[in-house]
Amino acid sequence: MTSTATKPVSTLLYRSRRLRLGSLLTLPLVWLVGLYIASLALLLATAFWRVDPFTSKVTPAFQFDAFEQLLSNQAYLSTSLRTLGIALTVTVVSAAFAIPLGIYMAKIASPWMRAFLAVAITLPLWAGYLVKILAMRVTFTEEGFFNSFFGVFGISGPGFSQTTVVLTLTYLWFPYMALPVYTAIRQIPVNLFDASADLGARGWTTIRTVVLPLLAPALIAGSVFTFSLSLGDYIAAELVGGRTQMIGSVIANNINLNPPVAAAFALVPIAFVVVYLLGTRRTGALERM
Amino acid sequence: MADTAATPHAVELRGVSKRFGDTTAVAELDLAVRSGEFFSMLGPSGSGKTTVLRMIAGFEEVTSGSILLDGDDVTRSAPFDRAVNTVFQDYALFPHMTIAQNVAYGLTVRKTPKAETQQRVAEALEQVRLGYAADRLPHQLSGGQRQRIALARALILRPRVLLLDEPLGALDKQLREQMQIELKQIQREVGITFIFVTHDQEEALTLSDRIAVFNQGRVEQVGTPREVYEFPQTAFVAGFLGVSNLIAPDLAERLTGESRAFTVRPERVRIAPADAAPAAHETSVLGTISELVYTGPATRYIVEGEHGLRVIAERHNDHAPNDTAPWSRGDRVRVVWATEHAAVVP
Repeated sequence: MTSTATKPVSTLLYRSRRLRLGSLLTLPLVWLVGLYIASLALLLATAFWRVDPFTSKVTPAFQFDAFEQLLSNQAYLSTSLRTLGIALTVTVVSAAFAIPLGIYMAKIASPWMRAFLAVAITLPLWAGYLVKILAMRVTFTEEGFFNSFFGVFGISGPGFSQTTVVLTLTYLWFPYMALPVYTAIRQIPVNLFDASADLGARGWTTIRTVVLPLLAPALIAGSVFTFSLSLGDYIAAELVGGRTQMIGSVIANNINLNPPVAAAFALVPIAFVVVYLLGTRRTGALERM
Repeated sequence: MADTAATPHAVELRGVSKRFGDTTAVAELDLAVRSGEFFSMLGPSGSGKTTVLRMIAGFEEVTSGSILLDGDDVTRSAPFDRAVNTVFQDYALFPHMTIAQNVAYGLTVRKTPKAETQQRVAEALEQVRLGYAADRLPHQLSGGQRQRIALARALILRPRVLLLDEPLGALDKQLREQMQIELKQIQREVGITFIFVTHDQEEALTLSDRIAVFNQGRVEQVGTPREVYEFPQTAFVAGFLGVSNLIAPDLAERLTGESRAFTVRPERVRIAPADAAPAAHETSVLGTISELVYTGPATRYIVEGEHGLRVIAERHNDHAPNDTAPWSRGDRVRVVWATEHAAVVP
């Protein structure tokens, strides 16, 4: 009873479940609903607004002009498909690098080597995003590191092209794939590798029948990052892509000229990601994230 | 069963050593397992028995020496090229596969025709009486059931030798005893050589045709359960297999006149009144009971005798259930055993 007098707030909170929940959730909810979702909704609403052809002034309306432009313009359509292709390629390349690396780190490497590789993988995350893209720019520019080094062997680099965009995005997002994959491989009991070999499976068969199925949730979790981050990126395309256009580039170009078209186009990657998430939801991978 | 050159051993280890860095896990080991026998490798943890098993399976490479299966040198063969299969301590079932897929795995990777695979899986599951669980996932089964699936998965390949790495270690006592009987039955049915790793001396005595007792990377003694229990060749074996009285050479000299260490099992030691005279064929020591341990079927008396000799005597509780033990703590008694029941430790 004495505590009622000395700590009234704690006592009140202890007695009321609603108050407890309220004090817990107020701040995050204001942030999430007020800023994040509301601003996103406003942006998307812009897709239905009207642009005055003479003054370029945007006025609230409910019309589908922006969507008509998107669907009728061949350039917009091919940009969407190109962006989808780039994001999928980045995801596949990241996974193809992450699996063997993860197996080596988790099951073969010495503790020292494992720590070194873990730092090596995460180190790029510490550097600024622009810094990393500029590093790729320096590497692949005409007189850059790649050409001056491999030029001796008669190999010339991809220059600023779609290939370089894929390489750059893989470089940027690889840690998001490598870490969950590595963690998942670590969790596979070493006995399962022994058991598989014991029952007659060679290395590749073991990877295909035991490792990959057990990695599926981690691969999906990692790919959600590599895929959606690649879909939304446009600076890589701008700085190392040469004439490569991605959805983000188009949005960036239109954000002042024609906000409704920019907003409508912003819906495309969201639609891709939603379809992708719905496809992966059934695997149960999302619960593990 | 005769040890002739014409019938090679199922498994033979010749001078096998295994070192991990600076530590020697197995040292210059020679071991021969006969075809069709239930052979146990018994020892405390860290004695090298599991390492030996893993070297036979091919999971660990030998540092030196050679391993022969049916007379063929397999020292450098990969696990998937050896006609042995393993039952793992934690079962190592594939968590994402159904029970039927787990059991079929060895046949599937060998691309056995589907019809044959299905039939053999059904037979294997029937053998361990888990046919009804074919479509379940491993985590839906109990420990004992998983153990039987691991057994079925290994036996379906009809290996020449089945390796079992403490397969019953994770089970509770009752289930363990039931599984021991089942293991023995299955081994008799299939007629395959079993190599069984355990740290449980009772389990080894119950199941085995022969036992190898391991200690610090070496084999201390190989023999039938009776041989290793009744005639331990080293002090370690005497102590590791059940409770034993090990009488050191100097004390042995006072008792028998011979300066050779010997052991006598507590169940062969009798407690008599202090003033009773021992018979001519008996050895006896005067002492005081310092502790009584009631174990259910028996009561163990710890007697502190002359010359700092401590003797454990075990007496079956064959008296009326309500009666208390005939002796109590602090009693002055004479512990007696037939001289010929003592086994000399060389």
